[in-house]
Amino acid sequence: MTTKVMQLPEEEYMLPGTRACSGCGLSLAYRHILKALGEKTILTIPASCLTVLHGLYPSTSVRLTNINTAFATTAASATGIAAGLKALGKTDYTVVGIAGDGGTFDIGIQALSAAAERNTDFLYICYDNEGYMNTGTQRSSATPMGAFTTTTPGTKIEHKKDILAIMEAHGIPYMASASPAYPLDLYDKVAKAKNIQGTRFMHINIPCPPGWGFPTDDLVKLGKLAVDTGMWVLLEIENGVLRLTGRSRSMARSGKKKPVSQYLKLQGRFKQITPEQIDYLQDWIDKRWQRFLQRHELAETA
Amino acid sequence: MSKVQIINGNETAAMGAKLCRVQVIAAYPITPQSKIPETLVKYVESGELAAEFIRVESEHSALTVCISASTVGARVFTATAANGLAYMHEQLHWAAGARLPIVMALANRGLGAPWTIFNDMQDSISQRDTGWMQVYCRDNQEIMDSIIMAYKICEQLHVPMMVCFDGFVLSHTVMPVEIPDQKQVDAFLPSYVPHLQVDGPEPININPVMLADPRANAQGVSCPSYMGFRMRLQETLESAGDVILNVGREFGEVFGRSYECLLWKYRTEGADTILLTMGSLANEASLAVDALREKGWKAGVVALRVFRPFPAATLRQALSKAKHVVIFDKNISYGNEGATCTETKAALFEGGLRPTITNYIVGLGGKNVAAADLEAATIKSVEQKGQVSTPQWIGVAV
Repeated sequence: MTTKVMQLPEEEYMLPGTRACSGCGLSLAYRHILKALGEKTILTIPASCLTVLHGLYPSTSVRLTNINTAFATTAASATGIAAGLKALGKTDYTVVGIAGDGGTFDIGIQALSAAAERNTDFLYICYDNEGYMNTGTQRSSATPMGAFTTTTPGTKIEHKKDILAIMEAHGIPYMASASPAYPLDLYDKVAKAKNIQGTRFMHINIPCPPGWGFPTDDLVKLGKLAVDTGMWVLLEIENGVLRLTGRSRSMARSGKKKPVSQYLKLQGRFKQITPEQIDYLQDWIDKRWQRFLQRHELAETA
Repeated sequence: MSKVQIINGNETAAMGAKLCRVQVIAAYPITPQSKIPETLVKYVESGELAAEFIRVESEHSALTVCISASTVGARVFTATAANGLAYMHEQLHWAAGARLPIVMALANRGLGAPWTIFNDMQDSISQRDTGWMQVYCRDNQEIMDSIIMAYKICEQLHVPMMVCFDGFVLSHTVMPVEIPDQKQVDAFLPSYVPHLQVDGPEPININPVMLADPRANAQGVSCPSYMGFRMRLQETLESAGDVILNVGREFGEVFGRSYECLLWKYRTEGADTILLTMGSLANEASLAVDALREKGWKAGVVALRVFRPFPAATLRQALSKAKHVVIFDKNISYGNEGATCTETKAALFEGGLRPTITNYIVGLGGKNVAAADLEAATIKSVEQKGQVSTPQWIGVAV
């Protein structure tokens, strides 16, 4: 399934004039997410950049019903929506929880784990800008090692939490990771996830100009470099079978992967990273890439 | 046809929720209320109750599930106690702020640390400022009736309610309860109509960010500010007393047990000494009053059946002839006194009433309170003419 750009639905659910920052990766991702979800969708969103994007009462920039919810509660809120709709016999809606990395990796992980364990029928989308960007760039457990944040002024010393491994351990039917730099791959995954029963999890890379320190017109460049260096990997895990997709799949074929330093040097947040830290990060990326590659090849030869 | 069953408070609460045909239930185990969800899940699995039962991982999620299910239009129910209620705190504010008619059964229990699993009212009193209505039950029949009335009250006002009852004292004590007839409950309680339509023709952004000043919508119409919404919640609670009374009267007409007063009163005719309390302690206070009356005292009991909205005017009236008010609190606002004492004083101030007031802190962490204790405390406080300003503790012999 590869949708071509001319085949994308013309319907826009995210209107111009959102309150997102310029060059925001979330705006680009969200526009395509909503196109794939379509009208019969109920969203639930915790405190995050996306709350800001949706706008201030009484106006909103999004043409889909959204139930704002408290920070820790995205997956529980989605559970309640799904249960309420089911009890009322309204079964033609897609219930979607969309939270940032803080709302997913940190404060929301308990409710998310529980909803996934119950295989609640909903799509959970984590948009990952690798920190608490809405509150002014504090560290989350999704912040990569070596990055500056206001709560890691001497750079973060721990690697990013492996949320895909955590979610996979729940045995849910569908998981994917995507990037707004590859919007058609992203669109296809949301469209596919929409029609699967049970808990679906999507992890989306969100380059953030103010939080990461890069010019607003470099959004797509940064998103592509994240994939080209293996910092971000485009993949799907369907019923336990992992397959690389899009650009990551081509990289698996060609065997070419750029060094992470190319990605790091374009961002202010990595200004203080030491050569030792870069080696440490490169090693982390290479090992992770190898694990994905092995599983991908296994799936392809099966 | 209604029938009488001998059941405990938890089973009563579950049966009440079933009679209200709740559609989504989410709850988490905590003593002493665990039997409520256990009973409800049996109804759901046996097909007696058509509801979604969500086995959540925490009380925070239990209330969240109820909030979102109620938002999309389902009638919801939850139950908890003590630390579970404290863990819900954020979502208590959310539920009231979002104007959702959620009903919760609360088996009152003391809060840790140190741990106690036994009864007092520190849990619900600590949540009095969240915008929820609170009623306190005196026996299991009141639990049943309060839950049925709660849905009717909440769905008119779009405000949630806690139906509070003493943990173990009522939750685990069996007593005869008249179980209303399902058809009569159906006639009394119409289906829930939410104040927002999530599947209507226009998409809505529910509970968005608001500013301190009103802002105009796309049509140029000024829409309320954050503070405007807060004021509406307060105005609704100010008017809630009348709705509670009307529903209580209507309940009486249908089921034969009327709740036409925000207070529960016992032998208050001609009384100059009032024992004031809440919940099942009103029963011990009644025994104390019987003993005092036998000794020639003009004593009576006033119990706050409804604590939020606070029935200040009704209470003033009930205490207008009292020379001595003795207040028994199963809670304390540390550094001050028992909550019902403070609120009673405030209510009396407005009417210029100046009885002597003595506040006793009793029954914390399940400490037994006997009628004789209340009687002795009342005699002592009248002898002291209410001159002891700090709360006194009963039952703390080391």
